[in-house]
Amino acid sequence: MDANTAIRLKDITKTFGPVVANDKISLEVDRGEILALLGENGSGKTTLMNMLSGIYFPDAGQIWVDGREVTIRSPRDAFELGIGMIHQHFKLVDVLTAAENIVLGLDQKGRLDRKKVAREVRAISEKYGFDIDPDQKIYNMSVSQKQTVEIVKVLYRGANILILDEPTAVLTPQETEKLFAVLRNMKADGKSIIIITHKLNEVMAISDKVAVLRKGKYIGTVNTAETNPQALTDMMVGHAVTLDIDRPMAKYHDLRLEVKGLNCRGSDGVKALTDVSFTAMGGEILGIAGVAGSGQKELLEAIAGLQKVESGHIFYYPPHPKSDIAGNHVPVDKAGEELVGKNPTQIQKIGVSLAFVPEDRLGMGLVASMDMVDNMMLKTYKESKGPLVDRKTPRALAEKLIEELEIVTPGVSTPVRKLSGGNVQKVLVGREIASSPTVLMTAYPVRGLDINSSYTIYRLLNEQKMKGVAVLLVGEDLDVLLELCDRIVVLCGGRVTGVVDARTATKDQVGLLMTQSAGKEAEA
Amino acid sequence: MDKVLSFVVAAVLAGTPLLFGTLGEILTEKSGNLNLGVEGMMFMGGVAGLAGSYYYEQAVSNPNPVVSVLIAMVCAILCAAFGALIYSVLTITLRANQNVTGLALTIFGTGFANFLGEAIGNTAPSRYMAVGNVTKDAFNSGIPVLQDLPVVGKLLFSYNFMVYLGILLAIVLAWFLGRSRAGLNLRSVGESPATADAAGINVTLYKYLATCVGGGICGLGGLYIVMNSANGVGGVWVHNCVNGKGWIAVALVIFATWSPARALLGSLVFGALSVMRLYVALGIPAQIYDIFPYIATVIVLVAVSMRRKRENQPPQSLGLAYFREER
Repeated sequence: MDANTAIRLKDITKTFGPVVANDKISLEVDRGEILALLGENGSGKTTLMNMLSGIYFPDAGQIWVDGREVTIRSPRDAFELGIGMIHQHFKLVDVLTAAENIVLGLDQKGRLDRKKVAREVRAISEKYGFDIDPDQKIYNMSVSQKQTVEIVKVLYRGANILILDEPTAVLTPQETEKLFAVLRNMKADGKSIIIITHKLNEVMAISDKVAVLRKGKYIGTVNTAETNPQALTDMMVGHAVTLDIDRPMAKYHDLRLEVKGLNCRGSDGVKALTDVSFTAMGGEILGIAGVAGSGQKELLEAIAGLQKVESGHIFYYPPHPKSDIAGNHVPVDKAGEELVGKNPTQIQKIGVSLAFVPEDRLGMGLVASMDMVDNMMLKTYKESKGPLVDRKTPRALAEKLIEELEIVTPGVSTPVRKLSGGNVQKVLVGREIASSPTVLMTAYPVRGLDINSSYTIYRLLNEQKMKGVAVLLVGEDLDVLLELCDRIVVLCGGRVTGVVDARTATKDQVGLLMTQSAGKEAEA
Repeated sequence: MDKVLSFVVAAVLAGTPLLFGTLGEILTEKSGNLNLGVEGMMFMGGVAGLAGSYYYEQAVSNPNPVVSVLIAMVCAILCAAFGALIYSVLTITLRANQNVTGLALTIFGTGFANFLGEAIGNTAPSRYMAVGNVTKDAFNSGIPVLQDLPVVGKLLFSYNFMVYLGILLAIVLAWFLGRSRAGLNLRSVGESPATADAAGINVTLYKYLATCVGGGICGLGGLYIVMNSANGVGGVWVHNCVNGKGWIAVALVIFATWSPARALLGSLVFGALSVMRLYVALGIPAQIYDIFPYIATVIVLVAVSMRRKRENQPPQSLGLAYFREER
């Protein structure tokens, strides 16, 4: 350990009951260095960082900060040592302003001098290039603004060591670029940064060193300049993985959904969708791209019958009689069954299935405190005859999913809440697919997932496509959308600004459509 | 005119115990603890305060009103805060269910106070635990000289000192929650304890303090009920004297949308509604009058939930226990 080492961890171990989350992990970070912490879901990255920030207390092991051995018992100890963590689920109080959140818990007594705080916040913002209004309430902020508040909060406390837990998971490509610029400024300022991320291109772009964890164990550290995404993936997964996404052609390619002039208002009464029209084909993955909050959620919900439609039509056409999924639903009008006006149960019976993974991953679709069997049953309990529910079938399905999707869980009767994020998503997507839909709508299915799990999900979507299912995929990673989808519908401010062929379109082209204001018809 | 004046005065007097209960519960709930034991803590404060003064009067031959009042208040605050402390240990440290614990506290406090009040009363020659006129007057007299002014005197200066104490407390609490750093920290504990914890705030300490101090304030409300003679009797233990006022205070917290300033208005309105039948003849059965406060609560609840303004919502983690290493 030399004088330039900011943090050193030695043999850190943490167990939760029978689960060993961190097994003798050792790590070093220098000043003015960005370390990327890489690992699959549940490999113990967040647990390790939570011990640095005082949320968890290690069972064994030593920590040195600036060459001095320390004991971190609470978050307060951590920030007194200059360690600040930006958690994946932001730790902000919604009803307070940015400035109030920033000064929260600081030692000064008595009256709160809001003007002074605002001044100081502006000073920090200018230094590192943030854009922040100290008097804005958190609940009025976008995800990216909230993240900025978190970073300023940590800097305001004089942190020299910043830990960011999956900071880019909820950001648009542009916002990510902005964040990286800020991180580089901080690095130049001599601060140490640890960044947890799943996105290999980001690791390559921002980090100096990469440390890899696998299943709670430390695998090794490499210099970013001397490695490549393939080598990192192999380290992370433990065996060679191919990084290419397949885009096979399906046997049947027929019209499945036709959306015509759809208008919707969101829950806050603001117009969410304006005159949206497009078609979705069976045997095709239709990507839906757009900046977060461009109407993706409302669109999917409108099709699923969860969102009130003001005007417009959604027609459903049955699958090709010879395809694998023919007859998987109640009889419908061959000339186009109108979905608008039907309730969610009726639409589900027709074969339209929705798997929405919200930002908190659990909000829609799964009940956190129920176990896998009960969550499977949510979809099927109406089918059993008589007054008693059938638990055998859902249990078998849950066990099948655990095996096929490699879901890590102590058992089918563990509450879903206790599973790690990636495993929760596998449960959700797996269940929707198991209902053998003819239209599968999924939003952010790989949100926060590691490479291996992401590819499992991509493979599942492709399988559905090959069966002739119309797959609608709302995604945030343009690279993936362009590789996986057949066509991409681009939404901007609730309008369709373009439909492109994913085989020929470029990232810039889609990015431009995503930010195009309505009415201004820039050429794409 | 005289009747209107009397009505207002009676409304203020009837609203004051509600104000104490509401303020105490606002402070408690701002820390994320939903303490449904307000009724119980008011009972505990009431009986302890009365007993304090009673024994003081028994012990000295010439009781001093100021000392008697102070003893009563300290006993009331301590005993009610003790009830809140039991609740805190159970819900904060042992993470028991807050609703169940609060209900248990109400049942306990009611029984405790009625038992103690009557047990002490049985030892007295009069068969009642009652304080003398010295203490009674101290709790019921208005501001000298000023209260003799025409109209204004009766409207503003005729109340006992606890009314002014309650108003002062509301102002202090409003300042504390809205303007001070400690208040900001407390609010963040109630909204998101994990955030507060990560920011270096001692969540457990804030929860304990807010809940116990809040309980003490509720206890003053109980003391007021016992000592106030607006209803004819005062300074004597009456079986079941709190009689649901603690529950109205819980409803008032929602009515006031967790704002001490609106608690002032709310307790005045509820005080007025509760004495209305004596002053406003509508020719309807008395029972209908009794419903008015509850109808008002329902209307406010509906209105508040329709507006859905974020600041008017309950503290986000109200009713939830916090454990740092929760996965």
